[in-house]
Amino acid sequence: MNAFFGLVRKETYHILRDRRTLGVLLLMPLIQVLLFGFAIRTDVEDIGIALVTPTPDEATHRLRAKLEASNRFHVNRVLRSTEPLESLFQRGTIDQALVLESGFAAALHAPSGAQTLLLTDAINPNIGRIQQDYAQAVLGEYERALNDGSRAPPFHVRSRARYNPTLESAYFFVPGLLAFILILVSALMTSISVAREKETGTMETMLVSPLRQWQIIGGKVVPYLVVAFINALTVLGVAYAVFDVPIRGRLSLLLGESLLFVGTALALGVLISVLTDSQRTAMIAALLGLMIPTTLLSGMIFPIASMPAWLQPVSHVVPAKWFIRIIRGILLKGVGLGDLWIETLILIGMGLFFLVASTLNFSVRLD
Amino acid sequence: MQTVFYLIQKEALQVLRDRVMMLQIFLIPLVQLLVITSAATFEVREAKVHLIDADHTPASRRVADAFRASEHFAIAERSAGVDAGSQSLQTRRADLVLHVPAQFGHDLQAGPPPNVRLLVNGEKASAGIMQSYAQQILQDVASDYAAELRVQDASYTGGPRAQMEVRSRLRYNAALEYDDYMASGILTLLVTIIGTLLTAQNIVREQEIGTIEQLNVTPMTKGQFIVGKLLPFWVLGLIEFGLGLIVAWLAYDLPIRGSLLLLFVVAGVYLTVALGIGLLISTVVNTQQQAMLVTFFVLVLYLLMSGLFTPVASMPTWAEWVAELSPLKHFIEIMRTVLMKGAGPLDIWQPTVILAGYGGLILSVAVRQYSKTKT
Repeated sequence: MNAFFGLVRKETYHILRDRRTLGVLLLMPLIQVLLFGFAIRTDVEDIGIALVTPTPDEATHRLRAKLEASNRFHVNRVLRSTEPLESLFQRGTIDQALVLESGFAAALHAPSGAQTLLLTDAINPNIGRIQQDYAQAVLGEYERALNDGSRAPPFHVRSRARYNPTLESAYFFVPGLLAFILILVSALMTSISVAREKETGTMETMLVSPLRQWQIIGGKVVPYLVVAFINALTVLGVAYAVFDVPIRGRLSLLLGESLLFVGTALALGVLISVLTDSQRTAMIAALLGLMIPTTLLSGMIFPIASMPAWLQPVSHVVPAKWFIRIIRGILLKGVGLGDLWIETLILIGMGLFFLVASTLNFSVRLD
Repeated sequence: MQTVFYLIQKEALQVLRDRVMMLQIFLIPLVQLLVITSAATFEVREAKVHLIDADHTPASRRVADAFRASEHFAIAERSAGVDAGSQSLQTRRADLVLHVPAQFGHDLQAGPPPNVRLLVNGEKASAGIMQSYAQQILQDVASDYAAELRVQDASYTGGPRAQMEVRSRLRYNAALEYDDYMASGILTLLVTIIGTLLTAQNIVREQEIGTIEQLNVTPMTKGQFIVGKLLPFWVLGLIEFGLGLIVAWLAYDLPIRGSLLLLFVVAGVYLTVALGIGLLISTVVNTQQQAMLVTFFVLVLYLLMSGLFTPVASMPTWAEWVAELSPLKHFIEIMRTVLMKGAGPLDIWQPTVILAGYGGLILSVAVRQYSKTKT
């Protein structure tokens, strides 16, 4: 056991002596949460729309006012013909175009109704679809106002979003961002640890020491656990203090789960390190292997329920998915371990699997 | 000139000999491109509705039926109490609670307008979309009722009903093929990650193992050195890009409406920028670990700030400026307009010039930054 503590001490010195790297490790997560927490919004705003009306009249003016009153749209072109539309779409000046027939006001009361055409740039299908829905909603409201302007609607709709009443982007994005940053930074820290010793040749010394495989693996994880946990504390602090993300559940549970998650991520890093033989391949495996899957399959940006049915089970192997469920549950919903035990067990299982797999794959001979 | 050629040869051999790495840089991206592309959607399909119908009249059933008929919702649970609905949201058994109050049918005809309540789980990014779909359905029901009531109401003397016939068309991607859009973006992202990683650790690795000394005593100029380091990875990046395009075309029927030649010319310019940034990182840092951390920071910037997953237009103004700095944003924009809109050189000259400008700037900084006498 003495040898184990000796190794932990050696690793700790390694971390503490490289001040520059340690500084980067501690500051980077903080900067990333601040930067992306403010920058990333998932809501669709600022939709540029062109109104094509061959014969502007009172009714088209009111329609334009209605569009602009919605805060989402700004009518940045009012055209007489559809001819310029193609190039406006190509250059990205407008996202949508609403084409009205000539004599719009009179046509509204004709038996067939006024013919309108709504064009939407759907290159980005996610956003195109939302934009189309928003525009249709405004047009529907406009039509209703024409008919029932003075009458009360037959019933009211009272709508509320639970856990996030103002649908603040930061509330759902920041918890996901925390998971993303913590897993990447933690896995990066350990991923080159073993590979570097192989590359610089110090592995030899380690292998002839009385240390057992699991002790070497453990000795690599333990000192970084402290650094990773400090990172978890800073990013949670930023989420709470800067982005006003509420902490509705128990703080002790939140911290415990965070420690578990960074531990799992560090173990994953060690596994990568054991399986690769140079810092270069370790780096590629960690960054290339983790970045996009964690972004897209964890529910951090895109809801897992929206994915095709065959892909949803694939998301189970992404550790961040489980932590995002845990952290959103604790922060936004205030749920306890009673509702989160499955996710917690899965994370523990993953962590143990990474550690055991690292120990088994750790070869005591160099070639 | 001869010396540059030798350097290129050496770099190429070093890459080609590392079998594990070759496997990594070709296999991981292609698998990810095939598997993960379909994940990037906000589409709301069959969101689970918890229905609380306290009325049980034909009127209240009509509201429920409207939800059942929608492709966006499926009624997953029913109960009589608000608490059960709340509990369902908490445990993720429902995404939305729809509450039709008692006396709904009666109040529609005779009483004050009743309140239909919607409670959306605000935990996910799709909450706003879900809410707007649900409101839309309810408003349609309300508007039908209003029309029916008007017919019954003999005293109604308004003019003929005003009507609008809205036809909607989605341009460029009428079938809403998410994969078309995402495949090209994710492909570029993958090529960028690989290119930046390989170049970022390249020079610093030679420093760490000491072989940089040998290169420094060659008669090569600093410019030749940077070009020799860049070129093999530039070719590798273009090959990877081409392979990815073929895979995306085979797997997702990626439309190719514009000129492929144009696309590859711009890709060449773009790769110069992306790899140049990698080399620049490599000349600034001291260890491979530092190179990795800085690369990670830059890559996350690319990943989140290029408008690939979340719209740039929704960002605050300062962040939109940061996004402008991302070469990836410009390249994805060009690629989409060329592939999907069939744009020609005249439509994309602006972002292309920006990219070329970045390329020139970054390479000259990298040459200046690299010092042959650095210890």
